[in-house]
Amino acid sequence: MTTTSLTQATTPGGTRRLRKARRDWRGWAFVAPFMIVFAAMIIAPVVYAIYLSLFRQQLIGGNAFVGLGNYVAVFQDEKFWASLGRVTIFLVVQVPIMLVLSLIAALALDSARLHGAGFFRIALFLPYAVPGVVAALIWGFIYGDQFGLTASLNQLLGTGLAPLSGPWVLASIGNIVTWEFMGYNMLIFYAALRVIPGELYEAAEIDGAGAFRTVFSIKLPAIRGALVIATIFSIIGSFQLFNEPNVLKQLAPNAISSYFTPNMYAYNLSFAGQQFNYAATVAIVMGVVTAVIAYVVQLRGSRKELR
Amino acid sequence: MASVTDTRSPRTRTRTRTRTTPSHAAARSNAGASSGRRIRKSPVLTIVMILFVIYSFVPLVWLIVNATKSQPDLYSSFGLWFGKDFNLIQNIVDTFTYRGGIFVQWLGNTLLYVVIGAGGATLLATVAGYGLAKYDFPGKRAVFAVVLGAIAVPGTALAVPTFLMFSQAGLTNTPWAIILPSLISPFGLYLIWTYATEAVPTELLEAARMDGASEFRTFFTVSLRLLAPGIVTVALFAIVATWNNYFLPLIMLSDPTWYPLTVGLSQWSAQATGVGAQPIFNLVITGSLITIVPIVAAFLVLQRYWQSGLAAGSVKQ
Repeated sequence: MTTTSLTQATTPGGTRRLRKARRDWRGWAFVAPFMIVFAAMIIAPVVYAIYLSLFRQQLIGGNAFVGLGNYVAVFQDEKFWASLGRVTIFLVVQVPIMLVLSLIAALALDSARLHGAGFFRIALFLPYAVPGVVAALIWGFIYGDQFGLTASLNQLLGTGLAPLSGPWVLASIGNIVTWEFMGYNMLIFYAALRVIPGELYEAAEIDGAGAFRTVFSIKLPAIRGALVIATIFSIIGSFQLFNEPNVLKQLAPNAISSYFTPNMYAYNLSFAGQQFNYAATVAIVMGVVTAVIAYVVQLRGSRKELR
Repeated sequence: MASVTDTRSPRTRTRTRTRTTPSHAAARSNAGASSGRRIRKSPVLTIVMILFVIYSFVPLVWLIVNATKSQPDLYSSFGLWFGKDFNLIQNIVDTFTYRGGIFVQWLGNTLLYVVIGAGGATLLATVAGYGLAKYDFPGKRAVFAVVLGAIAVPGTALAVPTFLMFSQAGLTNTPWAIILPSLISPFGLYLIWTYATEAVPTELLEAARMDGASEFRTFFTVSLRLLAPGIVTVALFAIVATWNNYFLPLIMLSDPTWYPLTVGLSQWSAQATGVGAQPIFNLVITGSLITIVPIVAAFLVLQRYWQSGLAAGSVKQ
């Protein structure tokens, strides 16, 4: 009996009616707990940050409404622009390098031409499990001239490498971030490569496409979605850069300023300068910049997909 | 039969796609085999991957080797080889007993934040992701849009206002300041939502309802088991996020007794510079090693689960 009624319910017309009828409030029982905490921990701070950014702490008279005054100040703030420029350079150089390396590793894993692919998959992923702070500490020691590998290398080769000095420190941070996230992105790409339909490969083979041809004509277009997502997450990560420079600052106080990245700037404004309103404004501007760029990347990514 | 025909609706597409997964995996090995017996292994690719592994492992090897050295040995010996004395045990003892065992306290705090924070995040994301996947309710699209939008909001942008809210509520310098914000994992919600859409057949829920089981009972007795790989994945990534959390505790806590390991270690490292410097690099290095061992172990032990969960989640973007 049950089976029959199910069959009836699942005929095309029947389901639509059933679906309509099923649209009720029961789902909220599952979603509500998450949404309550979400509202308190994500939405409320965003709203509060916007509110804060519209006020300024005056020496006399306490909090005063200044409208968009803080935003005007941020846009005229050389330190803000310097920090934004720095993470932009970081983004433009580090993200492509990291993603290309991840992609090479993922394609190698997927090619079935590797000895011990399972080992490589987990081995390259392991750095992701290392906390950013610990990664920065380890690399910081390695970079250091006291007992690091750099010191040994310099002694051995007579070179004067100084990864923690002014011009090199950004590249040194880029190396740490690449080290941490290369394997993670590799797994994202690898997962996407695994589900490319086999017929596509058969077709390519009939056409006589070689390995490189297959990569560029079939594999890369097929995992465009994963590429876009990884790019967006890497962009967000770059704009939020904080842990690595903040830890390295202890080792290289002269090379890393208090406004090295926008996040460090906002942090130091709040907790060293007590300028909470201004810090909130910097945070909002950075949030908007990040969201806009992520959106543009996503649009570009999906437009290419249509072609 | 009935259950099979029940797969139309937007889900049909994804459903058929999953179905093809095993078969096309077979098709692929066939494709490789058809042209030339078997795909030949490539030494060049293997060498490239070995270079990647060396890059990934050098810092970890450095950490392990240097955790065996005393503070003077650190300065006098080559970075990638052992020093005069094997000091690992002594270093571990010193790390755990330095300043009245504050490291043990930090380890305990980290575990507390991970168990309640990451555990809570996993629970909330699982229940809500399942609700989004299996129910149709008013406001569903709004929930979806808002949560997806939140993935793009930089977490650190929320830090300053969250700190101010918490300090007005008197929550700074308490564990709640770390736990409450880590309860939300938009990415986890998204992952469970995509996972549940495929892993929990709607017909099975219908059958349970026919048997008179309540919605929550169905969830706990039927669905939870099917969602297990997805849950393990979300849990692992939430654990990593909480275990590695640095920015939030740095802001929220000024009292070292509530520090997690990350903040404590960076404080120890900072102690080496400045006025009255007391370098304890051997303890920082050993402490770092102790910090990463549990999380690396968790990834290795649970790899079968999270690799399949991650695959399912990242495929459909």
